[in-house]
Amino acid sequence: MDPIIATFIEENIVPNFNYWIYVILMMIGLYAMITKNNLIKKLIGMAIFQTAIILFYVSVGVKDTANIPIISHHGSEHHQMTDLSSETDSTKEIHNTIDKDKYANPLPHVLMLTAIVVGVSTLGLALAISQKIYKSFGTLEEDEILNKLRPGGHD
Amino acid sequence: MIWQFDIIILIFLVIAAIISLRLKDLLGASMVFGIYSFLICLLWAEMGAVDVAFTEAAVGAGVSTVIMIATVFSTKRRSKD
Amino acid sequence: MKIFGLIAVLVVGALLLSATSDFPDWRDKDSPANKSPVSSFYIEKTEKLTKVPNMVTAVLADYRGYDTMFETVVIFIAGIGIIAVLRNFDGPNSSSIKRENNDEGGGLLARFTCSLILPFIQIFALYVVAHGHHSPGGGFQGGVMLGASYILAALAFGLSKAKDIFSERRTMIFAAVGIFIYVGWGVLCLLFGKEFLNYEALDSILPGDAKMARSHSMLIVEIGVAFTVTAIMFSMYSNLSTRGRLSKGL
Repeated sequence: MDPIIATFIEENIVPNFNYWIYVILMMIGLYAMITKNNLIKKLIGMAIFQTAIILFYVSVGVKDTANIPIISHHGSEHHQMTDLSSETDSTKEIHNTIDKDKYANPLPHVLMLTAIVVGVSTLGLALAISQKIYKSFGTLEEDEILNKLRPGGHD
Repeated sequence: MIWQFDIIILIFLVIAAIISLRLKDLLGASMVFGIYSFLICLLWAEMGAVDVAFTEAAVGAGVSTVIMIATVFSTKRRSKD
Repeated sequence: MKIFGLIAVLVVGALLLSATSDFPDWRDKDSPANKSPVSSFYIEKTEKLTKVPNMVTAVLADYRGYDTMFETVVIFIAGIGIIAVLRNFDGPNSSSIKRENNDEGGGLLARFTCSLILPFIQIFALYVVAHGHHSPGGGFQGGVMLGASYILAALAFGLSKAKDIFSERRTMIFAAVGIFIYVGWGVLCLLFGKEFLNYEALDSILPGDAKMARSHSMLIVEIGVAFTVTAIMFSMYSNLSTRGRLSKGL
């Protein structure tokens, strides 16, 4: 392959590939919410949009050499410390300062936990409303519902 | 963070999202939506967000799929587009 | 009509794609989000100040306790909203808790398997709630698992049997008790002299010093969240699958 094209791909496409897929997922969800006629398909589009945004936020907190955000004390050193010194303020750990680069950023995780739960609440309520619409109009397609609502049909 | 794993899961994610919106049978669309939730849970677990992955596995691939299937059974099962 | 939607989506997509060239590098540890003083404070000082190794649970239940309290209220409102939308209160056949004995559930194989596996699911859900300080987990995850175990019982044995265990009145009492525990714990901190949801004020009634008081209070608050989430998940399923009549399950 042409070396210019190869370096172009390496420098511009591979690092940004993740971000492009997130934008494509968001646009698939938005397109479904606008153009689909069936109400359940619109709700599936809304859920895809929500999870794509949450995916983007969580990817902000990823570091290169980072582990999960739970601090772990190695077992053997802990037992050694409690044998030698038995007082209550055992805050003198083996590793006094925690290396900030070894743990993932916990703040996006916390905010997105709330977002996921609010998303499922919204989905449950929207499904209940769509059941009520089916009971009173007999159909779940948007154009048929609009035809029945216009003057000339019953409201 | 293994980048090959990342790219494969992301491509499957886009394919699952497109298929779930094109199926005319609403029961199948709900099941493919469950597959989409589960793939996103795998992606987050690989990125290091274990709490978020746990919640999405329980809520997205569990309760959310069940209530969508419950609604599809109460209303119509075929959709026109 | 569809053309307009396609044009709008393409324009927004092109704008967002051109903005991705300004994003920080992928997995960079010096991006502005990772270098901010708030995140550095959470990573370095949480273990020292609260003695809880899981940073996400500590931030969720202690540093951002207000957000979690209102998130629980949002779930509660969603559960009540589904009842209000679907339930038919004034009609000729509006007695909702009518028991019909003609649903057997899933069949012999499903009944046998679920009766073997349900106790383990519930014990694991309680473990996830209680062990949220040291491993991934916490109030939400355990509560959703416990609610899902009742949904499984309703699918396998029929909805009327599951409602013998977890009737409608008991569900709503559970949901209200969960929020009452959370807000009541905050008011208890007020009564002891400090601000709302400042757990260090409860040093005198909880064992250990002020740091362990924060760790114990986080556990109580997560139990409150688990109560509410369990009850509302089961109530959402039982209302949605029977269109509000609660007569015969899926």
